[in-house]
Amino acid sequence: MEPNDINLEKGELAENDIVSQKRLRHFLDIEYLSQPLLLDILDLAESFAGVSGQPVKKVPLLRGKTIVNLFFEASTRTRTTFELAAKRLSADFLNINVDFSATKKGETLLDTLRNLEAMHCDMFIVRHPLSGAAEFISKNVSQNISVINAGDGRHAHPTQAMLDIFTIRKYFKDFKKIKVAIVGDILHSRVARSLIHALRILEVPDIRVIGPKTLLPSGIERMGATPYVDMDEGIKNCNVVIMLRLQNERMDSSFIPDENEYYNLYGFTPRRQELLAKNGIIMHPGPVNRGVEISSEVADGDRSVILQQVSNGIAVRMAILSLSMQPQQDNK
Amino acid sequence: MKYSKEQTQALLQKIENSLRDHLLKNQILDPIIIGVHTGGVWIAEWIQKRMNFDGKPASLNISFYRDDFSKVGVNPKVEPTDMPVSIDDKHIILVDDVLFTGRTTRAAINEIFDFGRPLSVTLVVLVERNGKELPISADIVGEKLELANDKNIKLEGPDPLFLEIIDK
Repeated sequence: MEPNDINLEKGELAENDIVSQKRLRHFLDIEYLSQPLLLDILDLAESFAGVSGQPVKKVPLLRGKTIVNLFFEASTRTRTTFELAAKRLSADFLNINVDFSATKKGETLLDTLRNLEAMHCDMFIVRHPLSGAAEFISKNVSQNISVINAGDGRHAHPTQAMLDIFTIRKYFKDFKKIKVAIVGDILHSRVARSLIHALRILEVPDIRVIGPKTLLPSGIERMGATPYVDMDEGIKNCNVVIMLRLQNERMDSSFIPDENEYYNLYGFTPRRQELLAKNGIIMHPGPVNRGVEISSEVADGDRSVILQQVSNGIAVRMAILSLSMQPQQDNK
Repeated sequence: MKYSKEQTQALLQKIENSLRDHLLKNQILDPIIIGVHTGGVWIAEWIQKRMNFDGKPASLNISFYRDDFSKVGVNPKVEPTDMPVSIDDKHIILVDDVLFTGRTTRAAINEIFDFGRPLSVTLVVLVERNGKELPISADIVGEKLELANDKNIKLEGPDPLFLEIIDK
């Protein structure tokens, strides 16, 4: 789905996504999930957060399961936090770096999947530059395998959105009372799309997207977000501001005049901190481009929770992996 | 069938007395009380208060250590485990409301050992019922019960605490 083509119709995904209260079939997108399910994931993540503080940072929940990171696109944070999450749940873990694997030798994606199935893998964590890739894979794997979307093109990055709302809830217990702004390259950002859906499901009353017109998708209002072109006006009295990086690799033409001007208009500078609500926090999914969308002073300052987001990512991903692991099949 | 508050209180008193004897006999001065969620934590809190131990008891949620994850999945409503002090070289009093199959106790002991190496673990339960599936027995028991297969016994609480026998 392209960002300009926003569709809130309920698709078949919803029916396939959830098997029962206690288990997800796959974790592909947030759009069709219910508020109680999102809150369940956050609650479970809260319990997993304690595991990182134990002398033995491991629980035996997924012992004997095999999880594969299938990454077709570069990633550091997401890849490593998924790996740590799986290992803290005691799963066996494989990192398939697609650049060096058989796909470069002419093997098709489906052949690669069949081979991994033959190795009795239980779960694929997929990152891919094409929108819809994780869903495609979920429809082409055997029934006992779950697929987790770790970012597909411009479409969705649901686990990032989950860890963002987990981080927000650490500071603001009631989602119905906060103002949240997402600033920057909304057009190319799968994080922004998933996050807007999550915030809408949690009934956040004021969701703002801020950026130059060229980087704001048309129809964004239909997703429940209010667009702002003026950053000062947009972040005023916000409790949470999420800064996004410019996704140069996804831009096929020039969307901004130059980075200096962008920094002047949309960079989070110390002066702008004063515009936030008194208890306001600043987030960033990473990687951070210092001096482009955020100053070092702000990124490393008191109100920044950027590193907490990374820590929270492990607990949230542990919750999603354990809820998505399928029951043992008799024919395995 | 419901136990009255007084009947339940009498069982609590019985395990308290037995625990005092046990600690005296084994010269244990500063044990760590650990309750298993949810009923075990209520009893652990009761013991902690009655025996004038400092602070609040530790609590275990054994959900991540269960042996039936492949069949039933994980319950999202999991109260976090709370282990406020180091258990290395300490005597542990592990408290649960009911000992049935022994699987919860097995999981609890596994979890305890992920926090360190205690000197000993003593298991205290309010009720031990028939249906044991593992070679695990309690050291201190309020009451031993024979129940029909279609019956369960559970502790209601926290205030007041009372036992209830219910249909499965």
